[in-house]
Amino acid sequence: MNGLGGKPRVVLVDDHGLFRSGVRAELGLRVQVVGEADDVQSAIELITRTEPDVVLLDVHLPSGGGHDVIAAVKARLPEVRFLALSASDAPEDVIAVIRAGARGYVTKTIGTGELADAIERIASGDAVFSHRLAGFVLDAFAAMPPGGGGGGAGAADKPSFDPELDQLTTREREVLRLIAQGYTYKEIAKELFISVKTVETHVSSVLRKLQLSTRHQLTRWATERRLA
Amino acid sequence: MASGIAAWRGFSPTSVRIAFALLTVFTSGDGSALYVAAWLFIPARGEDHSIGARALKDAKGIALAIGLATLLTIVLLIAGVFNDGWFAGWAWPQVFSLAGLTLIWRNGDPDEQASLKRLVEPLEAAATGGRENMKWAAIRVLAAGVLLITGVSILATSHESLALLRPLGAIALVVAAIVLFLGPWWLRIGRDLVAERQARIRTEERAKEREEIASRVHDSVLQTLALIQRRAEDPQKVVQLARLQERELRDWLFGGKVPGDTSAETFAAAVRQVQSDVESRYGVPVEVVTVGDCELDENLSALVAAAREATINAAKWSGASVISLFAETEAGAASVVVRDRGQGFDPEQVPADRKGLTESIHGRMARRGGTATVTSATGEGTKVSLSMPRAESTASPA
Repeated sequence: MNGLGGKPRVVLVDDHGLFRSGVRAELGLRVQVVGEADDVQSAIELITRTEPDVVLLDVHLPSGGGHDVIAAVKARLPEVRFLALSASDAPEDVIAVIRAGARGYVTKTIGTGELADAIERIASGDAVFSHRLAGFVLDAFAAMPPGGGGGGAGAADKPSFDPELDQLTTREREVLRLIAQGYTYKEIAKELFISVKTVETHVSSVLRKLQLSTRHQLTRWATERRLA
Repeated sequence: MASGIAAWRGFSPTSVRIAFALLTVFTSGDGSALYVAAWLFIPARGEDHSIGARALKDAKGIALAIGLATLLTIVLLIAGVFNDGWFAGWAWPQVFSLAGLTLIWRNGDPDEQASLKRLVEPLEAAATGGRENMKWAAIRVLAAGVLLITGVSILATSHESLALLRPLGAIALVVAAIVLFLGPWWLRIGRDLVAERQARIRTEERAKEREEIASRVHDSVLQTLALIQRRAEDPQKVVQLARLQERELRDWLFGGKVPGDTSAETFAAAVRQVQSDVESRYGVPVEVVTVGDCELDENLSALVAAAREATINAAKWSGASVISLFAETEAGAASVVVRDRGQGFDPEQVPADRKGLTESIHGRMARRGGTATVTSATGEGTKVSLSMPRAESTASPA
């Protein structure tokens, strides 16, 4: 799927032209930018036409959110991967974009090199959690007592309750905590005496739980945040 | 117009108007004709020609005036046949006034035309029903007409019969007719006035809100932008200012926190306070992630104080470009991890007289049953892990 010279083909979706041109100029050497869009409708049209490897997607867009773009494209083009980014993020918006299908989230203050790393990681099928997203996810799953037996109350009013999906393992929690503390995957691997690949597996597993969990706490958490 | 005569003859406008009103009453209407004549032939202040002079050149206007005057004369003559002698006393001034006003309307300046239009508007509105439903307008005009005819006929016959009370009843009827005839128009004017006032109040409220936002943006964002422009040659300072402003704006937009409000009531807010204090005092960016939150008690205040010390140490000594501050609230305990990728140090080699680490961090934590672990090696950065048991389990799963 990769474009010329193994560079990932990237579409930029952001309503700030200044930001798009900045990213385009900075990333020019490591990725191939195949198109830019500034709202939901033109983004859907562009992605369907160009079928990129990675879409760099602003969480907030005029006429909708980033999750609307993912929802519209996901069914037709499941192989297109999304990396969400935003400048000023309310946690519930970020979680919504991830739940819609984005494979990662970074803030716009991210350095150029790190952004290129993140895009390559997404292109190769891994997940990318920034320290802020790790914090949001820990927060969202924190409502649940840790350990296997905590599903009692939830199971009562939710028959399809799946404890596997609705908990983070101790190891996943550890990985997320370290990401939240600013560790890189390499540093986490060293700290926990595991391989980088294992770290990536843990992160992908957290992502899967975040996207597939039917846990109503996740929804409630978002609702509470919005009301607060 | 009255002021024109006043200026011409040297009286006050008010006394001129009163004189005209009295004249009109005592001469059964001749005064109004005189007023119109004066309006026609005395030039307005600042103008060379009177309206009358201009009207002489307006052949169409003269024709219209003569036509209308003739029409009114015929109507009055017919009325006079049924009511002998009455016409003679009242009609001439009216006929002359009508013709005069027609000429003024056609030849006056825009101001005068506007004031005439205002005089005519209610009659127009009554005739066309204004904005009302046509059926209602018809009924209204009909009722007004019946009342008017009754009233006028009673008035007209009253001077022959000597019943004293009848004129009073007749006047009441005429007044009622006028109210019915012009009522809706007055009502509309009243409504318009009220609506206008409400609109003005709403506009004022919106303006006030805008002013408030403007003043906040000025106190925070604009000040910061000005500072950034002045510090453009110092990238470190610019980044720090931008981050400070970003955090403040985020707190305001998403947290509802007023900029400049420094009192922290929860654990997470206190940790963010540490972040902003250290960033603004030492110019080192602090990345904060908080998980969960709860009210700040004495144990947690001690934890935050220790975390502040650790963060300041990192900012002062590590040389790192960024410090990570991670705070988590769990059911049984709260923890903070302060981490940097700076030069690090050998904990064994810290001089005994440096109280920062032993007293401010270890001592503070130990006194309340918490723990502090410092991991550091030269060249590999420093990590300070702090954990404090919570007094009661009031974890709010944020």
